[in-house]
Amino acid sequence: MTTPSSGLTRRQEYERRQRRRSLVIAGSSTALIILAIVLLVPLAPGWERVQNSFFNAEVFAKSFPKLLSAFLVDVAIFAWSAPLIAILGLAIALARDVRNPVLYPLRLFGMVYTDVFRGVPVVLVVYLIGFGIPGLGLPRPWNSPYIWGTVALVLTYSAYVAEIFRSGIESVHASQRSAALSLGLSSSDSMRFVVLPQAIRRVIPAQMNMLIALQKDVALLSFIGPVEIFRQAGVFKSLLANFTPYVVAALIFLVITVPTTRLADHLISKQNRARS
Amino acid sequence: MKLRLDQIKKTLGNRLVLDGISLDVSQGEMICLIGASGSGKSTLLRCINLLEPLDDGAIWLDGHDIATPGLDPQPVRQKIGIVFQSYNLFPHMTALENVLLAPRRITKKSRADLMPHVGELFERFGLSQHMDQYPDQLSGGQQQRVAIVRALAMKPEIMLFDEITSALDPELVGEVLEVLKALKREGMTMILATHEMTFARDVGNRVCFLDRGRILEQGPPEQVFNTPKEPRTRDFLARVLNRG
Amino acid sequence: MRSTQFLTALGLTICTFPGIALADGHCAAGKTLEDGKLTIATGNPAYFPWVMDDAPESGQGFESAVAYAIAAEMGFEADNVVWVRSGFDESIQPGAKNFDFNMQQFSITEDREKVVDFSMPYYSSAMAVLTTQGVVDAGAEANLASLKSLKWGADANTTAVPLLMNLVAPDSDPLLYNDNTDVTAAIQAGQIDAALFDLPTALYLSAVVVENGTLLGQFPADRSENPDQFGALMEEGSPLKACVDEAITVLSESGALQQIEASWLSETTGVPVIK
Ligand SMILES: Nc1ncnc2c1ncn2[C@@H]1O[C@H](COP(=O)(O)OP(=O)(O)OP(=O)(O)O)[C@@H](O)[C@H]1O
Ligand SMILES: [Mg+2]
Repeated sequence: MTTPSSGLTRRQEYERRQRRRSLVIAGSSTALIILAIVLLVPLAPGWERVQNSFFNAEVFAKSFPKLLSAFLVDVAIFAWSAPLIAILGLAIALARDVRNPVLYPLRLFGMVYTDVFRGVPVVLVVYLIGFGIPGLGLPRPWNSPYIWGTVALVLTYSAYVAEIFRSGIESVHASQRSAALSLGLSSSDSMRFVVLPQAIRRVIPAQMNMLIALQKDVALLSFIGPVEIFRQAGVFKSLLANFTPYVVAALIFLVITVPTTRLADHLISKQNRARS
Repeated sequence: MKLRLDQIKKTLGNRLVLDGISLDVSQGEMICLIGASGSGKSTLLRCINLLEPLDDGAIWLDGHDIATPGLDPQPVRQKIGIVFQSYNLFPHMTALENVLLAPRRITKKSRADLMPHVGELFERFGLSQHMDQYPDQLSGGQQQRVAIVRALAMKPEIMLFDEITSALDPELVGEVLEVLKALKREGMTMILATHEMTFARDVGNRVCFLDRGRILEQGPPEQVFNTPKEPRTRDFLARVLNRG
Repeated sequence: MRSTQFLTALGLTICTFPGIALADGHCAAGKTLEDGKLTIATGNPAYFPWVMDDAPESGQGFESAVAYAIAAEMGFEADNVVWVRSGFDESIQPGAKNFDFNMQQFSITEDREKVVDFSMPYYSSAMAVLTTQGVVDAGAEANLASLKSLKWGADANTTAVPLLMNLVAPDSDPLLYNDNTDVTAAIQAGQIDAALFDLPTALYLSAVVVENGTLLGQFPADRSENPDQFGALMEEGSPLKACVDEAITVLSESGALQQIEASWLSETTGVPVIK
């Protein structure tokens, strides 16, 4: 037994050395590249103008507070859309799964629904529903772009979310359903207590990706009026003839999306490890 | 007569898997289905549990034809339990949750009301310490016993077992077969598809040899194993007995 | 007769060799994107009454006509005017531009002037309140108190946004849109009561686009605060600015500009002034 004095096994000792080595290499190469960018880019002839247009400190300070408060609009739209999408998506997925031939129309509806709303660009749905339905003559506040914009997002996203749920449901082996049914459980109980819990667990990472996409697509509601962060940035851009407000908006967005993206990736890799 | 199968026919894909099966099962009897792979044993059991609808024929349980098309299968399945080769425990539930799910949903009884019976089952099959473990924390033999407890928790009148030992390591087979013996002593009516010829001979009341969707030969174990009438039965037995 | 024919022929010849077309002493010589040509940008699409039928080459429409007048003043034949399309974003992004100047109702502001150059104004616009008869019937009036209570909308890319906040300061947050079409769609859908546009655009929208559209009133062009004046947009530090300014000055002093305005933007009277 030749356990080193550090109390680590030979293998741990080796891995520690390796880790340190790769850390040094990664750190120095990253530093080198950043240094190159910082030193070389400003040498480019157009740098000053680019800097002035995209990274203007004065414009940054001027636009930041208003952009941050406009971002709350995005957060709010996201917060009430996401649960609605989950509920409708699950309902559509279940409709697509019904086996009873009497309920075939329901299944057909689910199929057509997912095909149509996955086939049409979100912006188009936002426009059509956001202007179209209020145009039918709804009184205020029922014609609000917030309501119908949300409806458009929910319709589109629930089609994608439904497909993910459905793939999850199908990934649960038929024998699980058989086992539940053989115990005398109704088919809805079998779905609710046996299949769905497993299916949902499996698709959480994929659904996280949908959430991330949704976070960005709430900005599309600005097309029909609401002044959320990208619209506000656009107004600043137009008034100040400067793109810095967009950079500010992107930064604010990143603060939210990067952690969620990391979390999703973490969940995915965790699941992959569990499977293998 | 507890259970009577009358000319059961079943097609899967475009294959006639069950080709007119008739069988009478008395109260407390243990029937062993033997036969080559693909002969239709699993399909027959699934049909009896109504997991597969019949094409033709009838299944009489206590004088009622439970295979009548359009009949609600749920109450029937509560009377006929089935255990599968691959256990099919619900992986997201503990052993106890697996067992309690159906009784709670169907009888609407509280956990406290169910616990005496369920606890006793766990006790009897040597699983008391494993109630709160998840399936993947249990050995194959333990999982299979939990699956049996899960089926028994519904207090079925008939139990169907589909090769419940063939996925198990040899040293775990014994503990599961012991469970079957115990059930037989208690007078449970059972039909089991099995490759355990010794067990079929020693414990079964009757052996049925299935061949291409028909019962080619049936009778008391000694008769079928020692003096098979049909050449195909003889071939099959020669193959499986030599292998063991 | 002979001599005029000769001169015409000479003129044509000169035109076909643009490199030598301009007298060397002319202001714009060598300062344009392409020698001998003047490249002018407009919107995509370009709207009535600024450009008729989205065809700036025709010279029909106020901005199109002004563009050709400026070009002529700078010494470019109509044939040597090249039209390109360019959005606002392309116009303000750093780097080389694909036009010599860009005319699409760009309002001159101090902030914008830090990034791009504007010519002298070629038009001073009144701002007008576009609404529908339904809103008027519901009691909207051409006074500030009434205007404040309306639900407002505007084109997000225009100076109508700050003007709206300064001139009206509505009670509820305005809704903002990508372009005229979307603003009118929102008016039509009843999502907004009113929108702020430059007067000629508002007139056109109320007459042609918005069903039951009407103008509630105008903020006059010569208001001392926040006057809205259109200028031709050029690259920051463009050497052409002096030439364009000179041309506009000449056109304005000779009355030519007013004449063009009269023929394309004639109906702007009769809209009540908001007090
Ligand atoms: N869904 C299906 N579609 C078509 N054929 C099927 C289907 N399911 C089973 N079969 C066929 O039906 C026949 C009977 O299958 P079954 O599972 O009942 O046999 P078994 O006797 O239980 O065999 P084993 O001993 O391998 O479990 C097999 O030949 C099988 O290929
Ligand atoms: Mg089988």
